[in-house]
Amino acid sequence: MVHEWALAESIVKTVLDIAKERKIKSVLSVEIAIGQLQQIELDILKDALNELKRGTLLEKAKFIFVEEEAEFQCRNCNNIWKFSDVKKDLKADEAEAIHFIPELAHVFIKCPRCGSPDFIVLKGRGIRISAIRGVTNGSPSFDNS
Amino acid sequence: MDPRLSIIPERLRHIDKKIMVVSGKGGVGKTVISSLMALELALMEKRVGLFDLDFNGPSCHIVLGVPEHIMPVEEKGLIPPTFRKVKFMSIRYFAKERPLPLRGEDAVNAIIELLSITRWGKLDYLILDLPPGTSDEVLDIIRLIKDVYALIITTPSKLALETVSRLIQLLKILKVPILGIIENMRRGESKVYDFAKKMDVRYLGALPYDDTLEEALGDVNLLLETKVAKALINIIRSGIIENNGDEQ
Repeated sequence: MVHEWALAESIVKTVLDIAKERKIKSVLSVEIAIGQLQQIELDILKDALNELKRGTLLEKAKFIFVEEEAEFQCRNCNNIWKFSDVKKDLKADEAEAIHFIPELAHVFIKCPRCGSPDFIVLKGRGIRISAIRGVTNGSPSFDNS
Repeated sequence: MDPRLSIIPERLRHIDKKIMVVSGKGGVGKTVISSLMALELALMEKRVGLFDLDFNGPSCHIVLGVPEHIMPVEEKGLIPPTFRKVKFMSIRYFAKERPLPLRGEDAVNAIIELLSITRWGKLDYLILDLPPGTSDEVLDIIRLIKDVYALIITTPSKLALETVSRLIQLLKILKVPILGIIENMRRGESKVYDFAKKMDVRYLGALPYDDTLEEALGDVNLLLETKVAKALINIIRSGIIENNGDEQ
């Protein structure tokens, strides 16, 4: 699933944009929330991030990953369930489609109680940058994104 | 913070002209015209991409007859497959023929995801086939692709023109350059030329009502022989290649 490379590029580009805007000279750490629905291969994402950070303000940055469980709520019957409850029922190509575009969950996942595809992804959809820590002119900077 | 937004301009950086094909109402021929335009530009040796963003009813693949087994290649993102010299991307590759009931926020997320992971490479033109009206998809493309041009498709029907008027007003408020209006399914006299003049938008020309079109759908060779395809070529030369909508 080398699609992780594209996501890593987005993360590095975003952090560099923010660092420039906030005059951060060196990024120390980046906290990334990883929604379970997108089924990110963490090792591939880490490798891509470590390769992409070379020669940038992120050179010394540590990446901290916080995994977030995916949860849905049916709009029809209000039932709440977890991705982990239904993942085993997905075929490999269906899981891969959701990996590329998590909204395809509405094609392949139905409410276990009433069968409706009309549900809300309450949490755990995809990738989000939750915090960036860095140094500006020698003093530490903290940015809760 | 959503990291995908900052990479979108990067993904589209090597595309010279992005054109969203829009209409006030559905059923006016956007998808057929988008697909034919992509094919004809490719035949003119232009590098072309076609992006089907009508999530509820993707259908460019039906017009082009894209075989089922063709899929994007995964390489540091998704590389759209090339069909008849056109790089073609659609959610249909993944959803197949199943329904895709996306509400507003989901549609927005799906657009952002596709824009941030699709690697088009160098293109002269990217044609975006959008759902009718001023839906989330249209507003998002305007928000996410700052240098997008609009190409408006309408039929001569009064019902279509009223909605197109609303669409043009919105595009002008949002400062989207309009390449012009293509009148589709023309039969006899029509008021579209006068309408375009009144709205201060360039009238690019008319495509005739063509009852052989249905038969040609899915067969590119037959499609290119239709009256619609032949009429579209002149419009492409004057309205797409040479026109930048700057005269608005």
